Amino acid sequence: MNRETLNARRLLCPLPVIRTQDKVKQLKAGDQLEVICTDPGVMQDIPAWCRINGHKVLETISGDHEYIIILEVGE
Amino acid sequence: MSKQRKAVALISGGLDSMLAAKTIMEQGVHVEGINFFTGFCVEGHTHAIRANDKAKPKRNNSLWVAEQLGMKLHIVDVIEEYKDVLINPKHGYGAHMNPCLDCKIFMVNKAKQWLVENDFDFIITGEVIGQRPMSQRKATMPIVSRESGADDLLLRPLCAKNLPATLPEREGWVDREKLHDFSGRSRKPQMAMAEQFGFDDYAQPAGGCCFLTDASYSSKLVDLWKARDGDKQYDLDDVMLLKVGRHIRPEKHFKIIVAREEGEGRFMQGYKKEFITMNCASHAGPLVLVDGSPSAEDLFLAARITARYGQGRNAEQVDVSITDKAGSERIIQVKPFGAEEIPQQWYI
Repeated sequence: MNRETLNARRLLCPLPVIRTQDKVKQLKAGDQLEVICTDPGVMQDIPAWCRINGHKVLETISGDHEYIIILEVGE
Repeated sequence: MSKQRKAVALISGGLDSMLAAKTIMEQGVHVEGINFFTGFCVEGHTHAIRANDKAKPKRNNSLWVAEQLGMKLHIVDVIEEYKDVLINPKHGYGAHMNPCLDCKIFMVNKAKQWLVENDFDFIITGEVIGQRPMSQRKATMPIVSRESGADDLLLRPLCAKNLPATLPEREGWVDREKLHDFSGRSRKPQMAMAEQFGFDDYAQPAGGCCFLTDASYSSKLVDLWKARDGDKQYDLDDVMLLKVGRHIRPEKHFKIIVAREEGEGRFMQGYKKEFITMNCASHAGPLVLVDGSPSAEDLFLAARITARYGQGRNAEQVDVSITDKAGSERIIQVKPFGAEEIPQQWYI
């Protein structure tokens, strides 16, 4: 299992979703990706994108103006 | 056994494209959505910047539509390619800086490319004849089909019966009789259909799905181009910053962007290394970005405007902090502009 981090700070949705989508294409099933964002909209959008595309959200963290989503790449 | 046909649907996040995709899914066709991000999409979470809009749902409607329909959605970044559509629209602009017809042609063309790369069979859009004055007229439907290169692979399920049969209809991949004959600006047929399918929380954008249809946004874009002596190139930060703040241009060579509230100020903080920034030091007040090449005198004027929008607007003197791009800060004392002292023509 590989774990990578994606810096999507300062990007507004849907760009964090697009960057996540592009990064996930480079990963394998079972790999994990940590996406760090500043747009609160990602807390809705990235999980929705994951549900649609068969990936699993492992954890979401709301910090002080920063939002982190950890996902596991699906098949 | 007949081949499972596959269609790619242009999904804006609005009701029409949702119903178009649903209509074709109901016929047993495998449908996946595609959504293009131009940088000007209202669908982006620009609203989320503004703290005042926190009550608004922050969902992305194209993702919401895909989830409701149980289909995959591919969001494609077309920011770079879209520049040529905006700067050189063959069919011109609409009421503002909206190149709607060229935009539709561009997007259908991109969908056609995606279709070829992914071995899909045809394209669906939610277009309805007469729905929009520029891009959705009877005369423009064949133009979109032809100039996009999609030709008769482009099916508009909501108004297909008003148009010549496309390849998917002629080949029997879809049943033309189960398609629709909507036309005009009325939304009643779509709303009835939405009710029939149980969709009751769909997006109803008031001003369309694109900032380029907005008069205020278009004015700011034109101003940006004029200030650059007609050079129409732009980057994403340019177009994002046009969406936030109050824009004031006292002179061609510099512009001031005043955060209107906390959320915008937080977003603009991300640009502190690219702009001179100002804020009131002696009173509460908004973050201000100064764009362009201001002189010392210009910065003094910008500081007076900064003070005008702070809590010290009625004070005799306000301390204003000026921070350059390298982070060096200095404080000057200014008298805030009075309410009537900022000329209306400075506001963009």
